[in-house]
Amino acid sequence: MILVWLIGILMGGGTAALVLGQWNKTIPRWIALVTVLTGFLLILIFWMDQYQTIDEHSADVWLIDFKRDWILSFGISFHLAIDGLSLLLLVLTGFLGILAVLCSWKEITERTGFYYFNLLWILVGVSGVFMAMDLFLFYFFWEVMLIPMYFLIGIWGSENRIYAAYKFFIFTQASGLLMLLAILGLYFIHGQNTGIYTFNYFELLGTVIPSGTGLWLMMGFFVAFAVKLPVFPFHTWLPDAHSEAPTAGSLILAGLLLKTGAYGLLRFVIPLFPVAAAQMALPAMILGVIGIVYGAVLAYSQTDLKRLVAFTSVSHMGFVLTGIFAFNELAFQGVVMQLVTHAISTGALFIMAGMIKERLHTRDINQMGGLWSRMPKMGAIGLLFAMASLGLPGLGNFIAEFLILLGAFKVSIWITVIATLGLIFSAVYSLRIVQKIFWGPQDGYGNIRDFSLREILVMTVLTLSIVGLGLYPQPVIDTASPAIHKLVLLLEADKSNIGKEIKYQESYVR
Amino acid sequence: MNSSVSTEIVMLLAGLLFVLGITGVVIRKNIIFMLLSVEIMLNASGLAFIAAGARWGQPDGQVMFIFILAMAAAEVSIGLALILQIYHQHKSLDIDKLREMNG
Amino acid sequence: MNNLLWLIPALPLAGFLILVAAGKHLSNKLVALTGVGSISLAAVVTIIVGFNFLSSPPEGGAYAQTLWTWMDVAGFSPKIALSLDSLSLVFIFVITFIGSLIHIYSAGFMAADKDYSRFFACMNLFVFSMLVLVLADNLLLMYLGWEGVGLCSYLLIGFWYENPANGYAARKAFVITRIGDTAMALGLFTIYYQFGTLVMSEITATAPSVWQSNSSIATVTALLLLAGGMGKSAQLPLQTWLPDAMAGPSPVSALIHAATMVTAGVYLIARMHVLFELSATAQMIVAVVGAVTLLVAGFSALTQYDIKRVLAYSTISQIGYMFLALGVGAWTAAIFHFMAHAFFKALLFLAAGAIIEALGHEHSMFKMGGLKDKMPVVFWTFLIGAASLSALPLVSAGFYSKDQILWYAWASDKGSPLLWLTAFLGAFTTAAYTTRMMILTFLGDSKTGIGHHPGKLMTIPLIVLAFFSVVAGFIELPHNFGHFTLFSDLLHGVLPSTVLRADESSEWKFQLLAFVATFGGIYLVFIYYYREPYKIERLRESPSFQWLYRFWHGGWGFDRLFDLVFVTPFVFLAKINKRDVVDRFYEGIASVTNHLYRLLSATQTGSLRWYIMGMVIGAIIILGLQIML
Repeated sequence: MILVWLIGILMGGGTAALVLGQWNKTIPRWIALVTVLTGFLLILIFWMDQYQTIDEHSADVWLIDFKRDWILSFGISFHLAIDGLSLLLLVLTGFLGILAVLCSWKEITERTGFYYFNLLWILVGVSGVFMAMDLFLFYFFWEVMLIPMYFLIGIWGSENRIYAAYKFFIFTQASGLLMLLAILGLYFIHGQNTGIYTFNYFELLGTVIPSGTGLWLMMGFFVAFAVKLPVFPFHTWLPDAHSEAPTAGSLILAGLLLKTGAYGLLRFVIPLFPVAAAQMALPAMILGVIGIVYGAVLAYSQTDLKRLVAFTSVSHMGFVLTGIFAFNELAFQGVVMQLVTHAISTGALFIMAGMIKERLHTRDINQMGGLWSRMPKMGAIGLLFAMASLGLPGLGNFIAEFLILLGAFKVSIWITVIATLGLIFSAVYSLRIVQKIFWGPQDGYGNIRDFSLREILVMTVLTLSIVGLGLYPQPVIDTASPAIHKLVLLLEADKSNIGKEIKYQESYVR
Repeated sequence: MNSSVSTEIVMLLAGLLFVLGITGVVIRKNIIFMLLSVEIMLNASGLAFIAAGARWGQPDGQVMFIFILAMAAAEVSIGLALILQIYHQHKSLDIDKLREMNG
Repeated sequence: MNNLLWLIPALPLAGFLILVAAGKHLSNKLVALTGVGSISLAAVVTIIVGFNFLSSPPEGGAYAQTLWTWMDVAGFSPKIALSLDSLSLVFIFVITFIGSLIHIYSAGFMAADKDYSRFFACMNLFVFSMLVLVLADNLLLMYLGWEGVGLCSYLLIGFWYENPANGYAARKAFVITRIGDTAMALGLFTIYYQFGTLVMSEITATAPSVWQSNSSIATVTALLLLAGGMGKSAQLPLQTWLPDAMAGPSPVSALIHAATMVTAGVYLIARMHVLFELSATAQMIVAVVGAVTLLVAGFSALTQYDIKRVLAYSTISQIGYMFLALGVGAWTAAIFHFMAHAFFKALLFLAAGAIIEALGHEHSMFKMGGLKDKMPVVFWTFLIGAASLSALPLVSAGFYSKDQILWYAWASDKGSPLLWLTAFLGAFTTAAYTTRMMILTFLGDSKTGIGHHPGKLMTIPLIVLAFFSVVAGFIELPHNFGHFTLFSDLLHGVLPSTVLRADESSEWKFQLLAFVATFGGIYLVFIYYYREPYKIERLRESPSFQWLYRFWHGGWGFDRLFDLVFVTPFVFLAKINKRDVVDRFYEGIASVTNHLYRLLSATQTGSLRWYIMGMVIGAIIILGLQIML
């Protein structure tokens, strides 16, 4: 029931914000804050409660399973369930939700009711995606997440917002339709095989699919998630959407929407199509590595701060793709860590970009410089998160990238060698951020103030979490481990079935 | 029931009326005349229905004609109201002056 | 006393946290007290722990302390654990002891700076990271310290960030060392999959049984680790960042870019010496890298104007000696030279900093001169440091450590006449550039007026360091005078002793030759620069000499080469692709759609008759088709 409550609270809060926003401009943000806080506390308490009982080796990895009939004649049910992986991402959703509300606090002054309605409904979509265990329901939430985001970018974005909003919408919608086709394909194949027409994830899991068809269906899912992630040739919507969206929009895009892509790969692509995914492994890893290097090089060349950070996301998500298709526990855990830590570090950079824009009214880093002397607190925090994004040990991103690379090394040495180039390039672009914004001669900006209390609060929380995850990531690892473990077992069982279809290079592995 | 007029002749008449209507719609500039021409076209098709109903000995043709009558009445009332509005706003009934909805 | 170990890195960390959190609100005095105090307390704890370690050596030769498990994934469970053996003991002693002296000096040196607390915060963080680096019990934790010192080096090189050149120097340092670090990360992966662990003692214990001697995997792994060491320790070809790193304040150069951080590579190789011993190729490469570096950097040092750049090149050169020693298997000699070098090079940098500050931030030696009588304390301490650097026989620490390396370069089973010859030539150049620096700075006519003299906070550390620059040599004496082996005995628990191929009885000949090199270098420069300066003027006029001078001055063209091969293509690629070539594809699709839209929208004229004509024609066509078919 807690899951239904979570969704209900967010939906109700959003609607209330919309309705009450007609009368007063400041009420919606309070409603939104209370809503996300409640949601976050709800899921956090649940996590605390469950943390002790999570057992890596238990066969039943599902913490909650909620199922009601919805449209019986088509085999559609309202089916929500979470395991450790979903739980982590839900906690993250709540956490970033709070930050998103807080960083819109002063930025959004027009049509606040509709703004917070959209914000909360995105969260509804995202949390729905993380818990839906019925493919139809999943697709429903997938779309719910999309439309409010379109409004968020299109209405409250900056100069070029309409273009960015369309681009975002078309890319995600087109790829979403491919997924819908694949879902229907799977539905009918399962129906023909067994006579039971159902969208239920658990029943579809064992579907026997002819290998050619399986590859096509897998590609349908893969493309949808690859666009969201985003994977190398599909990434071009991201810089536009990120740079034009309002701060909270960028935060949620980078922190949550991208994660739904990775979640989809872990939850659907691999378990539903293990054989096809194994065939796809090498090309996918290569795409991931291209993304790492390509994103980093492009990040270096950008002059728009938010665009720059957007391209770093492309690079970091390249690590995620490489890790997912390395198919081993180290890499999977690295991926989970990367999802969490990238949300925090990149979110922080976007929030900072928003704060700088509020003060200097520009995103062009060539027009910044010397901000450290004016804003030492922001300088220190900016430096910290630049370091996080280049993967400095002691901060969360390092654990993630190290585990991913360690896992990938087991599978393919050369791919890993190229991926580590990303570590060098990330140093180049991260230090460019520091150099261009905080160092160098200071220009006359007039009087700009350092962090306000609200901003300090936001940044302290982010700092503590990134350092905490860097030094003691075990809670995240433990929570995700049953789900990851099951995934690995599934792949191992499968590897023995298909025999020589996966060629592991294990020459250096003893 | 033997009719003295063959169905073909009636259908031909209906076709002629229809072409007449179309020609009217295409060549007239005044919207009222265009509406009149549309009415002629409707009646042409009504005539065709009646003739076909008579030919097959079925009531459906007459049912359709009653439908067409009712629809024509509704159309005329709405059409005339629209024409009045257009005239109020544009002080003209020339269809060529009202080309606003081009792509 | 074992349980005090964690305090050694924790104290500087606490200092850092206090300064970051409250630095803005503390007075300068309190800031200095926190910054210096934390390191000094760490030094005291080090002495207590070290005393305990020596008086009651632990079983297995190491104290260990596990703080917590960092992470635990699929059997990969590195711990946050410290381990202290005699090798780390030498390092933490040098780090905390010299570190606290440099902190004391900084309290005076940086007194007028507006970012006083930021300076001490970074310095404390540096000491913390460096201590973690040498105390870590596994390679991953060591990697944390390794990158941490890189960060601090970055922050402190760019400490005066308002000048963009400093920022770029800092970035260059970070990126170039990161190249090495990345190679080292790959080495870590290989080691993990080979041994199933990253704990260093386990790796060194099992390596000989897992790997065959001279197997290619051993060579590859050792070379990857070496690449990491080359980046941090500024060895060829990754040395170009260190001369530029002199943009930082002088205490930073003394602590980070002379005494401690740049020797991290030496520590790494010494720590993992088992892996290097398993691969003769890798070890030979270490020796060759060291030998080439020491010579290349030595010649560059001969031609610099900036006093700090001379010292920077000299540091590269001296670390080259340490690498050479590691490469020929003279493990303890390398560590001994590290310690001696830490003392005298820190001293030289601090003294140079005092001079630079006194002359109003004048770096060029050609604008100094005549400082002998004006700054006597600095002169005498600098002289002692210089004597040690140029290995003045018998009375300097540098002599004992470098002589040992020279001897092993010849006599060790991995040594060779060629290696010895480069080291010998290096000794000659070292003496030459040191003398040149002394003459230009302290002798001759005064060219720049002195602003203010260094205070006691700055001179006392100089005197202490000068004392150790002499005395530190006496704990390890060659067999023919004294045969005192306190230092190598201490380290033999960790590092193996050197295998000799030559007879010890011939050592005196090599010592004699070392005498000749040192005095030859000093004499030659003395003649050319002081006695008969017209000679050097005449030499300067020949074009080939000028070319060589410029070539050496520019660091043998490495910077330009890297610019040409790596930086320019990268920047070019990034620039031309700024708008993302992949997006052109999607924009192409969009523009095709747009053209189609324009084409079709032309048919929507708004004329009702046009539409009706369209309908009629369409109906006729359909009916016509119906009839015809």
